[in-house]
Amino acid sequence: MSGNPDAKTLDLTLKVWRQEGPDAPGSFQTIPAKDISEDMSFLEMLDIVNENLIADGEVPIEFDHDCREGICGTCNLMIDGRAHGPEKATTTCQLHMRKFETGAEVVIEPWRAKSFPIIKDLVVDRSPLDRIVEAGGYISINTGAAPDANLIPVPKDTSDAAMDAAACIGCGACVAACPNSAAQLFTAAKMQHLNLLPQGQPERWRRSEAMVETMEDFFGSCTNHGECYEACPKEISLDYIAYMNRDYAMSKFKNRKLAGRN
Amino acid sequence: MTVPDAKVPAGDIGEKWTNHKFSMKLVNPNNKRKFEVIVVGTGLAGAAAAATMSELGYKVKVFTFHDSPRRAHSIAAQGGINGAKNYQNDGDSIYRLFYDTVKGGDYRSREANVHRLAEASVDIIDQATAQGVPFAREYGGLLDNRSFGGAQVSRTFYARGQTGQQLLLGAYQALARQIAVGNVELFTRSEMLDLVIKDGEAAGIVTRDLLTGEVQAHSGHAVVLATGGYGNVYYLSTNAMACNVTAAWRAHRKGAYFANPCYTQIHPTCIPASDEFQSKLTLMSESLRNDGRIWVPRDLDENRAASQIAEDERYYYLEEKYPAFGNLVPRDVASRNAKTVVDQGRGVGPLKNGVYLDLTEAIGRDGIETITEKYGNLFDMYERITGENPYERPMRIYPATHYTMGGLWVDYNLMTSIPGCYAIGEANFSDHGANRLGASALMQGLADGYFVLPYTIGDQLAAKLGTDPVSTSDPVFAESIAGIEDESKRWLSNKGTKSVDWYHRELGKLVWDYIGMERDSAGLEKAITEIPTLKSEFEKDVNVPGSGDNLNSSLEKVGRVADFFELAELMARDALAREESCGGHFRTEHQTEEGEAKRDDDNFRHVAAWEWTGPDSTQTRHKEELEFENVALTQRSYK
Ligand SMILES: Cc1cc2nc3c(=O)[nH]c(=O)nc-3n(C[C@H](O)[C@H](O)[C@H](O)COP(=O)(O)OP(=O)(O)OC[C@H]3O[C@@H](n4cnc5c(N)ncnc54)[C@H](O)[C@@H]3O)c2cc1C
Ligand code: FES
Repeated sequence: MSGNPDAKTLDLTLKVWRQEGPDAPGSFQTIPAKDISEDMSFLEMLDIVNENLIADGEVPIEFDHDCREGICGTCNLMIDGRAHGPEKATTTCQLHMRKFETGAEVVIEPWRAKSFPIIKDLVVDRSPLDRIVEAGGYISINTGAAPDANLIPVPKDTSDAAMDAAACIGCGACVAACPNSAAQLFTAAKMQHLNLLPQGQPERWRRSEAMVETMEDFFGSCTNHGECYEACPKEISLDYIAYMNRDYAMSKFKNRKLAGRN
Repeated sequence: MTVPDAKVPAGDIGEKWTNHKFSMKLVNPNNKRKFEVIVVGTGLAGAAAAATMSELGYKVKVFTFHDSPRRAHSIAAQGGINGAKNYQNDGDSIYRLFYDTVKGGDYRSREANVHRLAEASVDIIDQATAQGVPFAREYGGLLDNRSFGGAQVSRTFYARGQTGQQLLLGAYQALARQIAVGNVELFTRSEMLDLVIKDGEAAGIVTRDLLTGEVQAHSGHAVVLATGGYGNVYYLSTNAMACNVTAAWRAHRKGAYFANPCYTQIHPTCIPASDEFQSKLTLMSESLRNDGRIWVPRDLDENRAASQIAEDERYYYLEEKYPAFGNLVPRDVASRNAKTVVDQGRGVGPLKNGVYLDLTEAIGRDGIETITEKYGNLFDMYERITGENPYERPMRIYPATHYTMGGLWVDYNLMTSIPGCYAIGEANFSDHGANRLGASALMQGLADGYFVLPYTIGDQLAAKLGTDPVSTSDPVFAESIAGIEDESKRWLSNKGTKSVDWYHRELGKLVWDYIGMERDSAGLEKAITEIPTLKSEFEKDVNVPGSGDNLNSSLEKVGRVADFFELAELMARDALAREESCGGHFRTEHQTEEGEAKRDDDNFRHVAAWEWTGPDSTQTRHKEELEFENVALTQRSYK
């Protein structure tokens, strides 16, 4: 099968961050990308570039990706200085080449954040995000102990608000976009998904305190730039950060000895 | 060897599982911590199993090649999960879900397993809700349902178009809690490359650390494979890029039977490929078929835009052929019919490789707002990928590989034919027969992980109380490590001319052409000669750049593709041996006069379980006969 005869093609010049390992020095490599169909996704363009590098006896560019449908949160590229590139509410894997002009120079870098060390080329270590969840981003219920699912009615609006937060894919674009490398938006989304639901109330204060403090162990602090929201492919609202701050402040009282008496 | 005993408990179908739970050996709570269990995979099945076993007290080591447990392919499931709750009061029941699943599977699954699955479905919904999974709700605050994929009741629970994501986050959070208490040890970016056997039993696994290249041994009292399906053998599929068969296949090479590899599911509603370099196909949720009408132009030389084609010039082929079910026929029927019209030359789009899925009428009837609320996400995704606005022109769709019903053979306890090695989730073959119903894979993965395996595993473990796992310094581990290290070195020194992806694409084309939606003996025989020929070329000529001591995705992929080659050949042999059509396996020689799948229950009412007999010999086909004591075998009809 050959391509769509009506599709336009582009010629681009890529500047790609290459770094052999965590401790190796890195630098930009200039790589041409020619005859790229506008129907391709950004990552398919990189696939072709890699095929060409391999054919030329070079080592291909490492980048993270998996689902290629914007849901697993694995892909993570800084494209022309923007996390996930120029299109709003779109992950790198869902970005298509028709958004680029032929002749353009495209700069591709890894997520830049102290807490996301580079592993190789464009691949970084985002495991601190998992540590935040392990600190309390769950509801403690053992398998088999659950009551009937309809026992606790949940207002639709509440459930929808929890779902809006739960839509976070954990890609880390919020951290990468933030001048302080703060992880507020991620943490708030994970926390408020549970804090909003009736099922999440028993552990609300303990969760809020533990998640925020673990976040602070790894990441920078928030100074309300809002860049995280701009970069978020799922458009998670900044309101959740406000709710998180409120819950964290409350938790400092609630988690004292008298907790549970009110 | 013959097929080991499936260990289906005696008794009435509704009591088998209850009785079995009672008669299994138990491990007392204090003793559970003396057992170490290895779980490979953190999708729905693996994360659920690891979390639950840890809650019960077992010590668990869990492995994934992803950078986080929550990236597993399960995250991509859109549509929903079935649960026989009968919240809609529309006559659903455990028995009806059981019945629908056996029938939907075209009578090629084990009744007892399916009934247990339907029983567990109810508990899964409770469990997930308690974990905070934000399932869709009605204004009264109770859970909402929809009907899905040919079911005549509303039993599908969903969380917008992201049900898999939300269920996986629930299981992942349960796992995170166990990691935090230190009872589960998590290994990310770590790929299992061998199953290690000692004295005929599973002793552990050998993994490669994808960041450092280090090959490591891990031993345990039992090994659980929750490593997903093998749809990427077709190269193009709706699966995530990294999905592969390696873990299951390496267990197969060590003696675990592989069952029904030819049962693969082609999903009817995916976005057609746009060019040679297409890396994956994107699913458009099946729910669109509830409101969309599927058609192609009647005229073979049609070149006009869809809106210019008059009503009587359109061929609504599903509605015409199947007046009762229309656009809602099961997946296999919808897919095959799309192929027929495209092969006739009626395809639409620049490559003439799709059919229209048209929501114009629904938009006119329900208004654009209602349709946007239901399908807005999908429309956006479609537009992002194709650059076409689906509100203005009908979407183009075409079938793509989506799910694999075949997998490692397991008994009622979910144990493979290797004692101590278990397979759960899409990696096993157990519950869907020859065709899976929509919203049933999530259910099966979670049933296996939360409610079945954590209990059945005790039956085998109880006998091992007081024994230590095999030491990782045992020669069986050293031998396996050496084998894996050699394999890496061999690939890296190959210095061939073509990339791994090139060979994967070529293999995928063969598999799609000969073992795709329709199969016949001539094509299958060709596959059986052409696949090994391509494989030997691949082995000589593939080029794996880079080194083995750091991240190297070409090296990761080459081993996976090598295993796909072997699997593909077995799929062809399995499809050839099964001289009937059933579910996703359609042999053109075996069809009714109306072109529907024709089963042969007298000769093929069995599971084909293949035994590995060495790299240079043809595998042995064993049969597990299937008994249908509750559901009467009938020819499926959707007219
Ligand atoms: C696009 C799409 C939509 C779907 N929608 C639905 C739906 O609406 N409803 C439904 O019921 N089903 C749906 N399905 C099917 C369903 O999502 C899958 O069948 C199911 O999620 C599989 O879960 P699993 O736990 O078995 O495997 P997976 O989620 O695939 O997990 C496999 C795990 O194993 C790990 N792994 C694999 N091999 C190795 C190895 N060698 N070493 C270490 N780790 C390894 C991976 O890292 C991963 O963690 C859909 C599938 C697709 C493709
Ligand atoms: S690859 Fe999964 S979100 Fe981009």
